[in-house]
Amino acid sequence: MDKVTRLASENGLVLFSKSSCCLCYAVKILFQEIGVTPTVHELDQDAEGREMERALMRLGCSAPVPAVFIGGKLVGSTNEVMSLHLSGGLIPLLRPYHSMC
Amino acid sequence: MDFPSTQFVPSRMMGTYEPIHQIGMWGENFKSIGNPSISASVIVEVDNKLENESETASHEMPAPSCKHDQEASKPFDKIQRRLAQNREAARKSRLRKKAYVQQLESSRLKLIQLEKELEQAREQQGLYIGGGLEAGHLGFSGVVNPGIAAFEMEYKHWMQVQNRQLGELRTALNAQISDIELRIVVENGMSHYFELFRMKSTVAKADVFYVMSGTWKTSAERFFSWIGGFRPSELLKVLVAQLDPLTDQQIFEVCNLKQSCQQAEDALSQGMEKLQETVSATLAAGQLGQGTYFPQVAMAMEKLEALVCFVNQADHLRQETLQQMSHILTTRQAARGLLALGEYIQRLQDLSTLWATHPREPA
Repeated sequence: MDKVTRLASENGLVLFSKSSCCLCYAVKILFQEIGVTPTVHELDQDAEGREMERALMRLGCSAPVPAVFIGGKLVGSTNEVMSLHLSGGLIPLLRPYHSMC
Repeated sequence: MDFPSTQFVPSRMMGTYEPIHQIGMWGENFKSIGNPSISASVIVEVDNKLENESETASHEMPAPSCKHDQEASKPFDKIQRRLAQNREAARKSRLRKKAYVQQLESSRLKLIQLEKELEQAREQQGLYIGGGLEAGHLGFSGVVNPGIAAFEMEYKHWMQVQNRQLGELRTALNAQISDIELRIVVENGMSHYFELFRMKSTVAKADVFYVMSGTWKTSAERFFSWIGGFRPSELLKVLVAQLDPLTDQQIFEVCNLKQSCQQAEDALSQGMEKLQETVSATLAAGQLGQGTYFPQVAMAMEKLEALVCFVNQADHLRQETLQQMSHILTTRQAARGLLALGEYIQRLQDLSTLWATHPREPA
């Protein structure tokens, strides 16, 4: 879906979320702890939210939210973000797009 | 009901096998329930299983005696290892099936008993026991989830294998074995933990509260529980203290791992708090005290589904932490680390036992 890919490429770090989703909240906290600010799109507050959910599933996400994109490329959901962070790969990936605190 | 398999398993492992004695034990247990028609059919099924197992038991006998040929028979060892793994998988499957049948039987009997009690209560008091309260009053906890029964069987077996592996680690570290062979022992240890996470994932789908409560663990282990298991940062703390000397590069990598692990842990903890707030708010919505509450409970149920995700994420974090440590450490360090972790858990379990049996002043 164009909207999802467009939004995903608009910023370096993009998070598709739902305001009611607690796992999405956890991912937001993680980014906060690292010192980065993602651009967040709450699907439950978007008129085309359902469409976007389906698009995210088609892109390969096991759950539509949370879905993290870095530099326009899909990183994945909570699992992938956690693995990436523990292996030390998350921060280097973010470096070109954000200044670290 | 006492499940006889715990007596069953050790005698198999020692190779002393008494099928007639085992059948007798099974028969006795079923007689005590007082339902001979059921017990007959189950004993027949158990008979068949025992026959199958006696065949495999005779194949198992040669294995222990080949240890003195170790040097000349490395390929033989590898084949033996694979055969042993297959036997374990088959045995696990049999244990699961046994547990399931056992649970079905006891659940059925509990149901019959409860129905009788309910009849009596209604007759005596002429009360109408309303829908929602019924389950609570009569304690449906008597009817246990077969997923839980299966998990508890598998966990008992998992602990036995764990203790055996710890022994192997101890021996391997003291002996002059090659790095490649030590690597195999380490890989077995790691896979064993990953197996536990898979088991937990399955039972979490059956009953996530069971995993959260840590019922299958000892009391001291439960004291340290975080979202259904040990804290990854605790794990790192215990490990790192045992691993001197580390190279500068390793110290740097461990430091980074500690930090990212802590951040991930904090994120999940705060997510859990948010979940608690959400469920609580949903449940308390509308007026309390009016007696009609089903919509709120139904909505809270939906929110609670997320708990399964959190438990899975926590286990994923534990697995990743172990995985990353094994990348940072040398084979020898990883072996020492696994042994240290295993012994730490054993100490927690001993603490629980000691605490339970420690005489205390009456209140």
